[in-house]
Amino acid sequence: MSDDNLSALLLTFKLALIVTFLLLLLGTPIAWWLARTRSRLKGIIGAIVALPLVLPPSVMGFYLLLLMGPDGPIGLFTQALGMGTLPFTFAGLVVASVFYSLPFVVQPIQNAFEAMGDRPLEVAATLRAGPWDRFFSVAIPLAAPGFLTGGVLGFAHTVGEFGVVLMIGGNIPGETRVVSVQIYDYVEALEYGDAHLLSGLMLLFSFIVLLTLYSLDPGKRRTRR
Amino acid sequence: MSTPIARIIGAVLLVTVFGSPSSQAGTVSAAVAANFAAPMKAIAARFEHDTGHRVRLSFGASGRFFAQIRHGAPFDVLLSADDEKPARLEAAGLAVPGSRFTYALGAIVLWSARPDLVDAQGRVLETGTFRHLALANPKLAPYGEAARSVLQKRGLWSTLRGRLVYGENIAQTYQFVASGNAELGFVALSQVLKDGQIRAGSAWRVPAELYPPIRQQAVLLNRGADNPAARALLDYLQSPAVRRLIRHYGYGP
Repeated sequence: MSDDNLSALLLTFKLALIVTFLLLLLGTPIAWWLARTRSRLKGIIGAIVALPLVLPPSVMGFYLLLLMGPDGPIGLFTQALGMGTLPFTFAGLVVASVFYSLPFVVQPIQNAFEAMGDRPLEVAATLRAGPWDRFFSVAIPLAAPGFLTGGVLGFAHTVGEFGVVLMIGGNIPGETRVVSVQIYDYVEALEYGDAHLLSGLMLLFSFIVLLTLYSLDPGKRRTRR
Repeated sequence: MSTPIARIIGAVLLVTVFGSPSSQAGTVSAAVAANFAAPMKAIAARFEHDTGHRVRLSFGASGRFFAQIRHGAPFDVLLSADDEKPARLEAAGLAVPGSRFTYALGAIVLWSARPDLVDAQGRVLETGTFRHLALANPKLAPYGEAARSVLQKRGLWSTLRGRLVYGENIAQTYQFVASGNAELGFVALSQVLKDGQIRAGSAWRVPAELYPPIRQQAVLLNRGADNPAARALLDYLQSPAVRRLIRHYGYGP
């Protein structure tokens, strides 16, 4: 394996790890709110979270490029913080990927919270557990399968990200050139040998991830019911 | 079934099938390099008007077209962004030998969306305080190769390396610069030219001696070998009026 390929693989997994961590942190309160709220805003927030499922990555990439650019609202904000602008940086990829993979993490966790129902929390409340205690000692353990599914899907989806990275990455080795972009480059440059190698690895990785997920899931579901 | 509506539909079908303007009118499918999209649309409209043939245009990266043609993509002609891919198609027996010709010579400019950033000699490359300089990926795009050659000739390739960002093709490179995410970049002259003038921002027209010529070649593919419309389109591209039109869009002679 060449240094270029190794660097692209490492970069991709580093990106996916950071994004998954941030998404579990950020997605949990959103999922909790969506699962428990009776607010009229639920529909709107739910739809916004789900947008990346249906939007073409080219649309997301194009808008992110404008929003994060020197005249865009996110760009003005990051420049005011003295960070410069986000496109063409690893931090920019992290931000874009968090948007892009959000529904893949939020929705499984939200489903798990909803499936749990009110009952366990009410029982915990009668045992004088405070709201934080109920959340951490009752809700999170009961929703563990949802967290597992969300984490795995968020990770895998970030690894498989292409269109958005292509639009905002600038293809910088070691900084924004992830595996999917590297493969695209090889195909465009007619270097099919390297394209095959990386594509095969991605196929194997994706299959193993889904296989693991599907073989874990049914057992977990049974214990939950 | 002999309602009036059915009769009208029948008449329309007859007209569409047999009533085309020319008795030998055909359809040609052309794969066209993305940088040539604007002139090609204008040329195709004229061609359809003049000959009665129909043109189906697909725009994209030459490398991807190459891979698709190798695997049987239904194109009659390829207008590549370089001369390498048409030559390789011909060598591989996928294109008609001897049908290759240069339809346009690409020219590059150093361009910025800001009106005061780029000076007429491109000295901003040495003196400027910019964070990102965009160019097309030299590995994939002849315009990127040309940009790299300019930077190498001026001895800046290694010093500027950390500030380079790469577009997958010249269209994306233009987008990076136009949106201001890269302060400046090497784009195709045809992208920033309008009626012989730089449309907006500031630019340095790079002298042709500083980079190898960007020969954009067209080739007749095997699938189009017996298609009169395909041959007619290639002839049309070489006619003096069309060559003038191509120059007007910012390509070399």
